[in-house]
Amino acid sequence: MKQKTGLLSYGIYVPRRRLQRSSIYDSNKWFAPGLRGLAKGEKAITGWDEDPITMAVEAGRHCIQGIDRSIVHSLSLASTTLPFADRSNSGVVKEAMNLNDELSVSDRSGSLRCGTTALMDALQKEQTQLCLAADRRKARAASIQEMNYGDASTAFLVGSDSDGDVIANYLGGHSTSIDFVDHFRSSDVDFDYAWEPRFLRDEGYLKILGSTITGALSKLDIDASDIAHAVIATPARGVPQKLAALSGIATEAVADTLIANIGDTGASHPLLMLATTLQNAQPGEKILLASFGQGADVMVFETTQHLSKLNQQQANLATVAIKDDNYPRYLFHRGLIDIEKGMRAELDEKQPGTSLARDRKTVLGLIGGKCSETGEVQYPKTELVFNGESRTAGTQEDYPFADRSAKVLSFTADSLTYSPDPPSYYGMIDFVGGGRMVVEFADIENDEVDVGSDMRMVFRIKSFDELRGFRKYFWKATPVNTKTTSTAQETS
Amino acid sequence: MAKGIKDKVAILGMGCAKFGERWDCDADQLMLEAFEEAIADAGIEVPQLDAAWLGVGFDAQNVGPSGIPAAIALRLPDIGVTKVENYCASGTESLRGAVYAVASGAADIALAIGVEKLKDTGYGGLPTRTRGTRWDMIGVTGSAPGNFAQLASAYRSKHGVDKDELKRAMAHVSVKSHDNGSKNPKAHLRNVIDIDKALNAPMIAEPLGLYDCCGVSDGAACAIVTTPEIAKSLGKTDIVAIKAMQIVSSSGWELQGNEWDGSYFHTTRIAAKKAYEEAGVTKPSEQISLTEVHDCFSITELVTMEDLFISEEGQAWNDVLNGKFDADGQVPCQIDGGLKCFGHPIGASGLRMVYENYLQLLGRAGERQRKEPPSLCLSHNLGGMPSQNVSSISIIGPLA
Repeated sequence: MKQKTGLLSYGIYVPRRRLQRSSIYDSNKWFAPGLRGLAKGEKAITGWDEDPITMAVEAGRHCIQGIDRSIVHSLSLASTTLPFADRSNSGVVKEAMNLNDELSVSDRSGSLRCGTTALMDALQKEQTQLCLAADRRKARAASIQEMNYGDASTAFLVGSDSDGDVIANYLGGHSTSIDFVDHFRSSDVDFDYAWEPRFLRDEGYLKILGSTITGALSKLDIDASDIAHAVIATPARGVPQKLAALSGIATEAVADTLIANIGDTGASHPLLMLATTLQNAQPGEKILLASFGQGADVMVFETTQHLSKLNQQQANLATVAIKDDNYPRYLFHRGLIDIEKGMRAELDEKQPGTSLARDRKTVLGLIGGKCSETGEVQYPKTELVFNGESRTAGTQEDYPFADRSAKVLSFTADSLTYSPDPPSYYGMIDFVGGGRMVVEFADIENDEVDVGSDMRMVFRIKSFDELRGFRKYFWKATPVNTKTTSTAQETS
Repeated sequence: MAKGIKDKVAILGMGCAKFGERWDCDADQLMLEAFEEAIADAGIEVPQLDAAWLGVGFDAQNVGPSGIPAAIALRLPDIGVTKVENYCASGTESLRGAVYAVASGAADIALAIGVEKLKDTGYGGLPTRTRGTRWDMIGVTGSAPGNFAQLASAYRSKHGVDKDELKRAMAHVSVKSHDNGSKNPKAHLRNVIDIDKALNAPMIAEPLGLYDCCGVSDGAACAIVTTPEIAKSLGKTDIVAIKAMQIVSSSGWELQGNEWDGSYFHTTRIAAKKAYEEAGVTKPSEQISLTEVHDCFSITELVTMEDLFISEEGQAWNDVLNGKFDADGQVPCQIDGGLKCFGHPIGASGLRMVYENYLQLLGRAGERQRKEPPSLCLSHNLGGMPSQNVSSISIIGPLA
């Protein structure tokens, strides 16, 4: 008999910086005074060194903390803003997460509901799959999209009782596919082109998504009044409530759309809303998930008694949000304004494919070495152990550093070297358990680092090779936030 | 330990170009400027040179590959010219090549010359460069001040020195060097600064402000070396001899183990011990008369005083503030103005330091001349970054 399939875990990554919408409006009101109505709240934005790959890694790590990685059989990454057209984006995530080489990976794209479609596919399989979704969309300055779009990533580990504790059983789903073009973005352009929101609301959300929700409830023979949480990922004010009412779901069941403090996070958004809803759900509750994009996906889950334990564990890793009103910096980091970067930015960042192939695990997986003769650990791995105590070559076994905590030994804030977000913080860190490295620091705000500060490693973009359209990834150290908040309630 | 180099090689002549923003000069002209002074000082003809070493740090803005550019610029006919690069110890490395050639008997008279055209970069500071394919994937592309600034955070944390107090000691280092540089016609920066100017300068890499950083300039310097016997036969009387030359390279211990604490230079400490043994120095703070150390940044000079065992560990900041290293102090440091005022044309720096020590030993340092005659003079270079570097120490003094 087939075992029960459902969600084993979730992971969330919402970047620390929250761009204040008022700062967008203040700079653009001379041109677009109509944005005033949207100039409330804030949206989560990534730094210059993040993209859907790095964001997915962070959500993925959050998701599988404490879980034996060998149970993961496949991995999917859903996004409408994948950085590579021909290099497996999910494959990079797999390397950064140090997952087994014998793993099936897939990139999912093409629609804002690619995240839920990938999740639904995984729920219908019998193997354990890590489903990741992340988006980092560009929007033109002074556009409605710029006000609305936020950055985030979400991860779900899908599997059965045999792999771990299922926190929410999958009761079933229903999809429709209709080529409804309320907005689009061609492969070769950066920006969406969108029709007026009223058209999307009336003809898209209310009709297509509405009928898919009722279709799902009817197909699964679930009474709408039994839905405790309706996760309706339609980032338009009042629409989730209207859809709930149309299908007979109580309006109190409608989940927060997270627009006020995070923004519309694209392909990740339905999953982000589902994850934050799980954070606040009780065992034995039915959750409906509905997402839209040239048709719709609707799924229904029922939480189990294992949810609370996972919620406690996952809450401990949430980051603390920081208010950000530096709108010009945001524009620069999105490539929307051209700043004079100076000659120091001219360094050729060409990455030889050969050396990346040789050092794949060292670079992407932050794998160092442990000498089988002396027990010394070090980064990076070398043929001879660093202190020369053994003259035998090749004694070092793989030793992963990415999930080890570290302390700052020395550091600086460098205003001379080129950084898209000056000053560039970097320094030497000592890992707990041995090993050290000189490394860049990420997400430092207000001098919050000093000798002795606790750090954790994060996977980031190291540099861009603008000549050849490549981007290099590596690990950086970031301060461990001691304060914890639930991501959904972050208001900075 | 090996027998060492002490008193086996004499300096026959030295030369140093005017350092600065030499917009008018190519590397060829800078080399010739230093070389002509040295060859006149040595009192020999060019064909008497048996071999030459050329030290340069950066290729892109400089002479290009090989020793050929020096052979052409100086018209050194039919001898071998070897180009050496060893980060900021490149100048000293070229001298080591020449000294070892003479000591071995392979050459009677050898030339060491170093040059750098940093002002062809187009911006202040050192050019950004790669460190090899593997490092470029995992290393930090920081600036030189950023790399050395980390010393300050580790030093104050280890020794419990107040941040402002350490900054004041660092400022004193720079004020002192500007005082000295103002008296040196060959220095690039000849302005006097006060402590407030140093303390309030724009931040370059926390906690290093503008005046904590050495200048950036073009320059060249050279030395002609021979055996003491040949020097005497050429009529030299006050012969300056090489007492010690040591170079130590990091082998990864600092960067990959967990023992090093980031507050000092492991390589310098080892090189100092070896150099003192080679030169017969047992009490450095009493026997070393002058030091020219690698003051790429004020904090580097400060911690180097401890690494050379001239200050007690954790006390250099106090010694600095008490004037121990001022021109009229117990052991003057950078009596010529140092990298601070000469700037740091990589290939030239090590030789420029030896040049000052040589002038001081011969009483030819003009307005800067130390009144009490120096006995042993030390010069020191550091290349790379605190966690992975090459350190060189040279000691010269009157031939025994």
